[in-house]
Amino acid sequence: MPTLFQKVWKAHAVRTLPSGQTQLFVGLHLVHEVTSPQAFDMLRQHGWKVAYPERTFATVDHIVPTSSLQRPFLDVTAEEMTAALERNCREQGIELYAPGAPGADRQGIVHVIGPELGLTQPGMTIACGDSHTSTHGALGAIAIGIGTSQVRDVLASQCLAMEPLKVRRIDINGRLRPGVYAKDVILTIIRRLGVNGGVGYAYEYGGSTVDAMTLDQRMTMCNMSIEGGARVGYVNPDETTFAYLKGRPFVPHGEAFDRAVAYWRSIASDAGANYDDRVVIDAATIEPTVTWGINPGQSVGISEPIADNADGEALTFMGFARGQKIAGTKIDVAFIGSCTNGRLSDIEEAARVVSGRRVAPHVKALVVPGSQAVSRAAEAKGLDQIFRTAGFEWRGAGCSMCLAMNPDRLEGRQVCASSSNRNFKGRQGSPNGRTLLMSPAMVAAAAIAGEVADVRQMLTPAQV
Amino acid sequence: MKITQMAGRALPLRGDDLDTDRIMPARFLRAVTFEGLEKHLFEDDRAADPSHPFNDRRYSGATVLVVNRNFGCGSSREHAPQGIARAGFDAIVGESFSEIFSGNSVMLGMPCFTAARGDVERLQTLVEQSPDTVVSCDVESGLITAGPLRIHASLPAAARDSFLSGQWNPTTMLLDDFDAVRQVAEKLPHISGF
Ligand code: SF4
Repeated sequence: MPTLFQKVWKAHAVRTLPSGQTQLFVGLHLVHEVTSPQAFDMLRQHGWKVAYPERTFATVDHIVPTSSLQRPFLDVTAEEMTAALERNCREQGIELYAPGAPGADRQGIVHVIGPELGLTQPGMTIACGDSHTSTHGALGAIAIGIGTSQVRDVLASQCLAMEPLKVRRIDINGRLRPGVYAKDVILTIIRRLGVNGGVGYAYEYGGSTVDAMTLDQRMTMCNMSIEGGARVGYVNPDETTFAYLKGRPFVPHGEAFDRAVAYWRSIASDAGANYDDRVVIDAATIEPTVTWGINPGQSVGISEPIADNADGEALTFMGFARGQKIAGTKIDVAFIGSCTNGRLSDIEEAARVVSGRRVAPHVKALVVPGSQAVSRAAEAKGLDQIFRTAGFEWRGAGCSMCLAMNPDRLEGRQVCASSSNRNFKGRQGSPNGRTLLMSPAMVAAAAIAGEVADVRQMLTPAQV
Repeated sequence: MKITQMAGRALPLRGDDLDTDRIMPARFLRAVTFEGLEKHLFEDDRAADPSHPFNDRRYSGATVLVVNRNFGCGSSREHAPQGIARAGFDAIVGESFSEIFSGNSVMLGMPCFTAARGDVERLQTLVEQSPDTVVSCDVESGLITAGPLRIHASLPAAARDSFLSGQWNPTTMLLDDFDAVRQVAEKLPHISGF
């Protein structure tokens, strides 16, 4: 009995290459400004054209300034990289969503706009020159992060040379406790299975907790699969998925939609599918979780002490001690955004905590919506005003402080409560900067308290 | 070009989970080419630690990098293996690698050999004690020799075969039979439009 992974792989397999790898057709190729210019150059050197420009879509996210999306960007390099992508897309007939260009209102983080526009669909293979491509698996796609030479391959041939992955089924069962979010679930999974536990695997998430999740929550989970070493993460498509997709710009309408749903249903893993490994997690055991270290597996529950066997290098860098609790850690910056937690529901969850409160005076706090569509939706609900009134900055769409390729970055030893996905040394722009990963609601709580705080104590019984 | 063997002095770089942000901090991705990346390899780690192996003159000119577990985890940025290859390395020996990193390295013709922890540590110790030791790596057998040391390492089968056959850069292969590609595409509902 095949899994979704096996069915999708088989449908896209072109042939076996002499190396033994599969030549895999890519149903959707997403491109951004940072990992593509060298690939387009290589294409030009060989005189190749893009094989399927109509299945290729581009946006700018990593380097764009979020303080003003006015073109030309004040940051000369950001302008140069955006202009290069514009040129490449024009030359090759690729649709591009960038500020200052037609379709600008569709710009955003590549992993936010793919699902939002309905480009991402169940049963597709998707490739993008970015490791968090795994996000798109939330809709039942097999979405693979690739390097620049592979971007060149996909541009030239719409194919990848790859070996199939094993599949690990991860069941999460039961109701999440109040104040516990998808982010806490995935941080817990990575903590338990390790940052390289998923190497060689695709992670299939399921169980009653995942069944009850919205698509936004499933995206948060799939997004961080790569932080557990799994190149691919996915959830089988179900009614929630179909309802999410209905009416989105690139999704078929009318009878074609019904035919699409029938197909999408057919590619889900069969009941009784054979998995290479299985893991079961009880949702009730998960509490708000925060990283204390320098990789996403180094985390603790908010009420737990840091373990006695915690890694010494990480502790020294972060300034924590074994046995210490994370709650009460003073923060300097609060960042709500990224492809992990920069969607409308994330911003709404944070707004519930922020509403009627003020950011602690010593904290710089910013909200960076994941896309321009997320910004517009949040503004229509007045969420920007809630954040502004509380003392947050409300920014334009992009990756921003997730990786600090634009002016948003930590200084010196600053500590940042962040809703992003990586707490690596130097990730947020300062070599000594310190990142604490947590859910957007927990970031909001930390911004208000000025220190890491248990969001459950800030939610009224009516809110939880 | 067939890639069968590499030999040269080595640089031992200890530590697990060295991610691509450490190897090549994101600010050096602000460019439209890979040129000059070798200058920024481990830049922040080197600045923080004067005794970092990449600062150690004894290892200058090394062509084999020896690392530990889960090397290259994190981002898909090819800038990381590009920087390593452009700094003159033609092979990496380690306990384990992230998939995207080792895949990217294959595309650059730079094999990532994996070996048991004890063996990798012995190799690192040997090179630390005698930096002039020549380390030889054989793609077909996976044998790594360094002075008196003989280590059995391995490469993923597909990577090994593609190095030995000279087809480690697959674009032309992927374009070989484009009719087959079109046929597969036409059968896919999301391509044909349901
Ligand atoms: S938000 Fe962060 S993790 Fe996501 S694509 Fe942008 S830089 Fe990468």
